[in-house]
Amino acid sequence: MSELNSALDHPTYNYKVVRQFAIMTVAWGIVGMLVGVLIAAQLVWPALNFDLPWTSFGRLRPLHTNAVIFAFGGSALFATSYYVVQRTCQARLISDKLAAFTFWGWQAVIVLAAITLPLGITTSKEYAELEWPIDVLIAVVWVSYAVVFFGTIAKRAVSHIYVANWFYGGFIITVAVLHILNSLAMPVDLTKSYPVYAGTVDAMVQWWYGHNAVGFFLTAGFLGMMYYFVPKQAERPVYSYRLSIVHFWALIAVYIWAGPHHLHYTALPDWAQSLGMVMSIILLAPSWGGMINGMMTLSGAWHKLRTDPILRFLVVSLSFYGMSTFEGPMMSIKTVNALSHYTDWTIGHVHSGALGWVAMISIGSVYHLIPILFGKERMYSVDLINVHFWMSTIGTVLYIASMWVNGILQGLMWRAYNQDGTLTYTFAESVEASHAGYLVRLIGGAIFFGGMLIMAYNVYMTARRENPADDAVPVTSGAA
Amino acid sequence: MDINDLRGLSTLLLMVSFIGLCFWAYSGKRRATFDEAAHLPFDDEELNQRTMREEVRND
Repeated sequence: MSELNSALDHPTYNYKVVRQFAIMTVAWGIVGMLVGVLIAAQLVWPALNFDLPWTSFGRLRPLHTNAVIFAFGGSALFATSYYVVQRTCQARLISDKLAAFTFWGWQAVIVLAAITLPLGITTSKEYAELEWPIDVLIAVVWVSYAVVFFGTIAKRAVSHIYVANWFYGGFIITVAVLHILNSLAMPVDLTKSYPVYAGTVDAMVQWWYGHNAVGFFLTAGFLGMMYYFVPKQAERPVYSYRLSIVHFWALIAVYIWAGPHHLHYTALPDWAQSLGMVMSIILLAPSWGGMINGMMTLSGAWHKLRTDPILRFLVVSLSFYGMSTFEGPMMSIKTVNALSHYTDWTIGHVHSGALGWVAMISIGSVYHLIPILFGKERMYSVDLINVHFWMSTIGTVLYIASMWVNGILQGLMWRAYNQDGTLTYTFAESVEASHAGYLVRLIGGAIFFGGMLIMAYNVYMTARRENPADDAVPVTSGAA
Repeated sequence: MDINDLRGLSTLLLMVSFIGLCFWAYSGKRRATFDEAAHLPFDDEELNQRTMREEVRND
């Protein structure tokens, strides 16, 4: 009874669900990136398809994208959003049970994806491949997530809603809308359905979803991470809170229009293509505004980068974010797109965002979180974080540089004409010319993957309990 | 009035909202509130410590 009163007067945080998601971030990161390394190897040595349908590139590629985006990135977003919303609202999650449901529900979605995709059960919509029963489960879990998140904001003990929560909130609402509208389908049986949209409209809905999966799942959510963990790790408030407000509204207002740039020179009406291109170019402004806001948070504390590899992860992730949000608008220009589209340049661009920005800011945030969640002063080995940092950076650079070379090479070979109007090169010749780039990409990806293994070891050694009594919980004198 | 007027008006509306937002965010009146808000990540150490103590006790 007195315990109940004390819980009301002196709330505590729910760290259990944050711990669970943080650990699964590392675990799914390893699984998803391992599949990535395997399919990169298949492009170098096609024999690694093993001539089996379940291990063919076409089935494993969606497994890779789903695992890294929704399992690794998703777990990182759940973990950090639950942590940040509690700490900046100074309130416990509104329901421990519902939070636990989102954890187990999300893991169930991931396991179902890992089973159905290799079996070839797919809607064939990119980044939305899962069939309708799984889509229903995702929608239920996601709505529960929204209830937990916004319910916690509603019961906050402070008057202001911190900017990180605005980004997380925008991401949660928009992803719910995108997922439900894009997944509307007529089921034929348990494993087969057809979308309610047809033809060009289907393509437009798909890329409205697809690009906003990037804009909201992979950007807004992770910007929420940036606005909490960069100030926290640098031990100084964000450079400009006012800029962060303009950043939020400008980013969400513009991103939603950028989808048509995935459909340049298709049956999509010309005006819609141009609209997508213009909005994508405008997007450079809020993107860079946010990046500068994050970077400048370090002004006066740049020396911390010399000693703190976690801060290095966070800041370098912002550099990659700046790079890929410059590259994206450039590639959305129709004339540039005419060269870059359908080539490996696109894959390079995606990975400069996915490895450089999304993965590195998640890794930095998890390194910040793990010691706090397990009551330790710091990670087991700071040197190993530093090794991981360099492996991630070198791996990402090798990956994107090789894809730039391959992409431009492919684009130029495909558009080369002879004087009589025939094509200079066959498609197979461009594949052959890409071989060296594929090998370098495999090496880069493998180095990045190796870094994740080092992280797993470091996290395990930090979380491990030798003797509970020795745990370095900083207890202020007399308070216990 | 046809569809193009509507398109023109929507552009104007967006511009006005954006400029209005900038004035709102950068007005001097709100400086103190926003400074306070910017410190929120650093204001809850007590709750964090209490959570850790409770977790050790419940082990």
